[in-house]
Amino acid sequence: MLGPEPCGGPFDMFPTPIEKTSRQWQVTYQSLLPLALVMWLLPLIAVAIFSVKPAEDFTQGNYWGVPSSFEMVNNYGQVFFNSDMPRYMLNSFLITVPTVVGAVALSCLAGFALGIYKFKSNIWIFFMFVAGNFVPFQILMVPVRDLTLDMGLYNTKTGLVLFHIAFQTGFCTLFMRNFIRALPYELIEAARVEGIAEWKIFWYVVIPLMKPAIAALSVLIFTFIWNDYFWAVVLTQGPESQPVTAGITSFNAQFRAAYHLMSAGSIVAALPPVLMFFLMQKHFIAGLTLGAVK
Amino acid sequence: MASVDPTVTTGKRSWYKRNEIAVTPWLFLAPAILFFAFYVLWPIYQSIAISFYAWDGLGEARYVGMGNYVELMDDRAFEVSLWNNLKWLLFYLLAIPAGLFIALFLNQTVTGIRIYKSLFFFPFVLSQVVVGLVFSWFYLPNEGLLNGLLGLFGLGPVNVLGDPTWATYGIIAAGLWPQTAYCMILYLTGLNAVDPEQIEAGRLDNAKGWKMLWYIIIPQLKPATFIAFVVTIIGALRSFDLISIMTNGGPFGMTRVLSFYMFEKALSEYGFRMGYGAAIAVVLFLIMLVFIAYFLWSMWREEQGR
Repeated sequence: MLGPEPCGGPFDMFPTPIEKTSRQWQVTYQSLLPLALVMWLLPLIAVAIFSVKPAEDFTQGNYWGVPSSFEMVNNYGQVFFNSDMPRYMLNSFLITVPTVVGAVALSCLAGFALGIYKFKSNIWIFFMFVAGNFVPFQILMVPVRDLTLDMGLYNTKTGLVLFHIAFQTGFCTLFMRNFIRALPYELIEAARVEGIAEWKIFWYVVIPLMKPAIAALSVLIFTFIWNDYFWAVVLTQGPESQPVTAGITSFNAQFRAAYHLMSAGSIVAALPPVLMFFLMQKHFIAGLTLGAVK
Repeated sequence: MASVDPTVTTGKRSWYKRNEIAVTPWLFLAPAILFFAFYVLWPIYQSIAISFYAWDGLGEARYVGMGNYVELMDDRAFEVSLWNNLKWLLFYLLAIPAGLFIALFLNQTVTGIRIYKSLFFFPFVLSQVVVGLVFSWFYLPNEGLLNGLLGLFGLGPVNVLGDPTWATYGIIAAGLWPQTAYCMILYLTGLNAVDPEQIEAGRLDNAKGWKMLWYIIIPQLKPATFIAFVVTIIGALRSFDLISIMTNGGPFGMTRVLSFYMFEKALSEYGFRMGYGAAIAVVLFLIMLVFIAYFLWSMWREEQGR
């Protein structure tokens, strides 16, 4: 998943490959690995255990002991059939997917323009997108909320999607532009010599080469938008349009102190991006680490 | 090139055809620029403008000049938020060495290491809301695992999030969890690309352990460090979700940061103070601007170097 595994001579890796070290350290390392992992994921493991416990365990103070009964089906069933959770999940999908499509489409266009053409203001427009992408959300909050209200889009999924597309375009354009810059420019020149129209060069020459970038960006934006909380709180309220990150607070209010249900609820809410990550790991990591290597 | 084209002189080719190379980038840029200007650039200007007004979001806005900023000077809550932002900036940067440490630990080729790498990374994929919930349950005075573990050693119980002094650090620790994972993945990618010949040369020069790391490995990891630095700074200044979920600014408003305080002022149930909120946002923006300028300057140097 993390690029090609280095292979070869004994001295070309840092730290020293474990096979080249003492037997003792090898054994220590092999036993440290799972231990470190358990410690690293401890808070999460705790929540997973909570989510399969029965309610009685909490009233009786059996927080960390063995669950007195295994209530996974029951607890998760409650989340799926006895709460607004499915509604929130659906909203999240209806917000996330259009945003991904919109932001990737806009940034393919913009990235092509900034990556291929040489014109005076090119670098300034590029920097405008980069800078905008770093801006703290809060400076946009009051005006964007107002704009959305004025357009009658407050508390709608559309309002949220439009804003997300616009904001994500900053990062996506940075990503696409750098990717296109790395493509062999001779391809474009060759196509021009053939007299192919510029938009056809974009569509038939560049887009097919951008497939890995599109895949990487899509999974990244999916995760970013699914996990957005701030804008969900600012631009929506109520189960008819709120995504799951905002909805989970109402869910938790509904099941106040019912830790087994709240835990199950958060695990469900976290699942789509986690699945996305494990299924599309290669693209995900490639996207995140673009630029980490010269 | 167009001038030697005979079709131009006969006027058969359209204006677009003749100016294709000059016009096309603008056509391609138009949708992105329009969206971006409408939802990002224009609102930044508006926010700055609103910060000079007293406005409840509904009625008439009243011009107060620097009034909001003057009020900020004496606002104790603003001062607390600013200090907390500083703590976030400082301690959040621990994600970088921590990420490097885990990356070095995992940069091996033993069986199953890929699964370990993904499992170490995956907290980053969780939303901050879930991270916040997970950690607030972890910290619970009675039910929480942290106190369960401390109890084994005869310590505690501590109420991390209920303590005005420790609550902010408790939240930062929660934030460090996914952030460290992110830095780790950057460094793992970087380590994969470290030049083997330089390592070998270093070994021949008898560089070992720390020396090797400091003089040979870390310089080669510079691009990864730069990205880690950028995303960590931005993450620190954007911290909102965790605070909102874990403490809602409490206890006694001691975990507020600028982004949270701004939200509270502008959209709280005690009445909307849009102008005052905007002024706080402008201060946050100015702090960020210092870093943005530095990032852009670094990128610009990079571009020139090509």
